Amino acid sequence: MTQWKNFTKGFFKENAVFVLFLGLCPTLGVTNSAINGMGMGLATTFVLVGSNLVVSLIRHWIPDKVRIPTFIVVIASFVTIVELSMQAYLPDLFDELGLFIPLIVVNCLILGRAEAFASRHNLASAIVDGLGMGLGFTMALVLLGGVREILGSGSIFGLKFINGDGILLFVLAPGAFIALGYMIVLINKINKKSA
Amino acid sequence: MEYIIIIISAVFVNNIVLAKFLGICPFIGVSNKVETAIGMTGAVTFVMVIATIVTYLIQHYVLEKFGIGFLQTIMFILVIASLVQMVEIVLKRVSIALYQALGIFLPLITTNCAVLGVAILAVQNDYNLLESVVFSAANALGFGLALVTFSGIREQLDLLDLPKAMEGVPIAFVVAGLLAMAFMGFAGIV
Repeated sequence: MTQWKNFTKGFFKENAVFVLFLGLCPTLGVTNSAINGMGMGLATTFVLVGSNLVVSLIRHWIPDKVRIPTFIVVIASFVTIVELSMQAYLPDLFDELGLFIPLIVVNCLILGRAEAFASRHNLASAIVDGLGMGLGFTMALVLLGGVREILGSGSIFGLKFINGDGILLFVLAPGAFIALGYMIVLINKINKKSA
Repeated sequence: MEYIIIIISAVFVNNIVLAKFLGICPFIGVSNKVETAIGMTGAVTFVMVIATIVTYLIQHYVLEKFGIGFLQTIMFILVIASLVQMVEIVLKRVSIALYQALGIFLPLITTNCAVLGVAILAVQNDYNLLESVVFSAANALGFGLALVTFSGIREQLDLLDLPKAMEGVPIAFVVAGLLAMAFMGFAGIV
């Protein structure tokens, strides 16, 4: 597999959210606006690239039996880095995302990539994989956040384009489920056409 | 009285799955049959209550005492991961029947964000030990309520004639949305 293919698979063919259904909790929880989705996506990308990098570096020294706890410690360390730096430099975003920042540690996407990819490939491939999967995840979150923000509050990235409120339901919990459901339908249609 | 408020709030008003979006993976993943949904609920309840007690003790007697609160995420997830392993080993020894019922679900729980989420929320809400136990049990109950209701609906969904692209997960999400809407009716009770 070329590096380019390795990078782009995270966007369409193996998109974490739309195809693999991984990392759904933050996907639904923080996407009431496009900007929140982007913040969450980039934070996850940072953790994913970092953990893929470290796991790939130490893959020959990890005993097979304790590999999962080792991965979890590596991931948790990067999550703590994100948590503390976001609290210091982006306090507003930190308050918006709240509980979902420490919960990056249990995002199955990250552990899944460490186990299925980074622990079996060399450093360069692992970083490219982390970057591709992470940005694919970010793309999904921004798309979902954008759709919900447009429908729900009539704005995009905080810029309002209608007077008054939108369909409030879409910023609330039920809207997250419904919007994601119909987006997966759409992706299924597109994927089938291209296949 | 305040315990009743905690319970009603956690089960109905701020339902952990449908309002707080925690534990979505098992909610979508193991909700095909009512039977497996009940098994998963049992395993989650068990681990969630124990994990909340242990993380409460760690938060107050280790992290705060030594001023290392920034290690919270690392400590909590390690404790939960090893706890799940321990529960698995103990169950195997003590009760084979229970182990066979819950066994396959236990490894999945480590990455169930509901467990870590509830442990962190209990600390953030400044609950004392008893309140934390009630809070975690009520959240597990809310998880079970959502999961079992949803799996009952999904068993019926299988019989529907749907467009190909909507089958399986997409329709499940749309139905979950409707269920979340129903739960929004509880808003304002507490």
